Amino acid sequence: MKKLNVGLFSFTSDEGCSMIFLELMNDRFFDWKKVIDFKYFKLMKSKNILKDIDVAFVEGAISTYNEEKKLKLIRKNSKKLVAIGSCAVDGSPSNQRNFFDEGMKGEIKFILDKFGHREKVSPLSEIVKVDSNVPGCPMIEEKFIEVLNKYLKEFKVV
Amino acid sequence: MHKDLDISIENLSKIEGHANLDIKVRKGKVEYVKLKISENKRFYTQAIRGKVFNTVPQLVSRICGTCSIAHLTCCMEAVEKALDIEHSDQTTLLRKLMTYGMMIRDHAMHLYLFCLPDIFGKDSVLDFDEKQHELIHHAFEIKKAGNDLSTLIGGRAIHPFYSQLGQFTHLPDKNETKKVIDELKRVRSYVFEIVKIFYDSQFSFRKRTDFVALTTNDFSFLDGVIKSSIGVSIPEDYYWDHLHRVIIPYSQATGFEFEGREYMVGALARINLNREKLHRETKKDLAKYIRIFPSENIFYNNLAQAVEIMHCIDHSIEILESKDFKKEPKIEIKIKEGKGVGVIEAPRGTLYYAISLDKNGKILYGNLVIPTAQNQIKTERDIRTLVSQNLDKDKHYIQHEIEKLIRAYDPCMTCATHFLKVNWI
Repeated sequence: MKKLNVGLFSFTSDEGCSMIFLELMNDRFFDWKKVIDFKYFKLMKSKNILKDIDVAFVEGAISTYNEEKKLKLIRKNSKKLVAIGSCAVDGSPSNQRNFFDEGMKGEIKFILDKFGHREKVSPLSEIVKVDSNVPGCPMIEEKFIEVLNKYLKEFKVV
Repeated sequence: MHKDLDISIENLSKIEGHANLDIKVRKGKVEYVKLKISENKRFYTQAIRGKVFNTVPQLVSRICGTCSIAHLTCCMEAVEKALDIEHSDQTTLLRKLMTYGMMIRDHAMHLYLFCLPDIFGKDSVLDFDEKQHELIHHAFEIKKAGNDLSTLIGGRAIHPFYSQLGQFTHLPDKNETKKVIDELKRVRSYVFEIVKIFYDSQFSFRKRTDFVALTTNDFSFLDGVIKSSIGVSIPEDYYWDHLHRVIIPYSQATGFEFEGREYMVGALARINLNREKLHRETKKDLAKYIRIFPSENIFYNNLAQAVEIMHCIDHSIEILESKDFKKEPKIEIKIKEGKGVGVIEAPRGTLYYAISLDKNGKILYGNLVIPTAQNQIKTERDIRTLVSQNLDKDKHYIQHEIEKLIRAYDPCMTCATHFLKVNWI
């Protein structure tokens, strides 16, 4: 039986959406296991493969050049890409430094330079094509389920 | 015996947040161990400056998804002290309950989803076979009970909104309370098994160390005195004076020493220092397991967490069954200049917030100290010792042992990267 190949990825954020995902699993673990193959899910497994992903769920905003590169790699290896949570959808609140005044920007500049940060923090859609959004901080559970079910049907898993 | 060995782990798995590890061994000697916390800074300590006091607790809640309740509650304590806001006993009880819900959920996630696979020699709970399915049911039911408890009190389990400065804006519904009590009673029976599993586990790593924790009279994580295993006792307000910040150039987080030495915070520290204050039912039913503390075995941090789950369940049931929560008058807040310190025990250890307000109630500065940052130096040194002791083993074995040890510390990299004054050399 075909399963939906899913990846969960986390960028600059508090990982609250991953936590919501784990909470959703409380009632759904065995049901999801029947229809979902978790190809990439660092929070739950160490052997992760970034290849042939049907749907990539991505939380967090993009703050560094490395993250930008990784996001593009995820996009290349995934048929659909879903932004989950406010940071991924519109950048906030992980993008606070974008709104710092010049004084505060000066204070943090050496950290930004040292760890390869981009000039500004961006939501996913500024860098790659995003197929669906699940807004909210943390992400709205019902909306996530709705998007997941949509792709389970689209990929003819259910 | 490895004379030369390089280990590089990109993106450690089954921990909260992002970290990498580099180890270099030359001529049979460990040259360096670098635990690189690679979680990107989100500059909360800078971002809160100039913001109005009552918006800040909800904002810093976003520092961490899994322990948002700890950040929210600790920051509120600091702001309340800065403004001399007194809260009622009822508010204290509700905060305890909300915190218990977080502890139950967070510890259960760590023990079942992150650590249990190591015990069974599997990569993930996703790979568990039928024999272990019952444990998966337990895992998710305990997590759910914790989640439902926090939701009952705070409105939701992550970034709850009923908990405000000085009071709760909403009281728990009677019918829902009954349901949560039943749920807690049901999952209580599951806790025995997970306690036994981590008690029986042969995983061991012992090293002399100082343990530090906020010790509370009823083991409720919120108000008390900071103690250490070498006998130091400090009021909350002065914790900062005993810490020494250590810059770790390759990590996005800052390390700390307590009184000039490496130390450990977290469940193991709490149980080592304060186990006699656990709930009487917990002490009665888990006496055999609690007896092995104090312990310097880092892997018993897992056992300590399992014991704490039981305590949180027992104390929550007692409070929910005996208290009738009533609507209280609205707290009046007078804005003024002031400073306040909040210290609580987050799931992973002692959390410190200092907040300074100007006369308009705007934040002049905020400072915070995160549990994982406090454990960073000890974790790194322990990895070094572990590698030195195992140079005769193969690389995969060493790597796996390191990962198990790091997981026992239950680090949260998402939290770890927040600190105000950072001067990278």
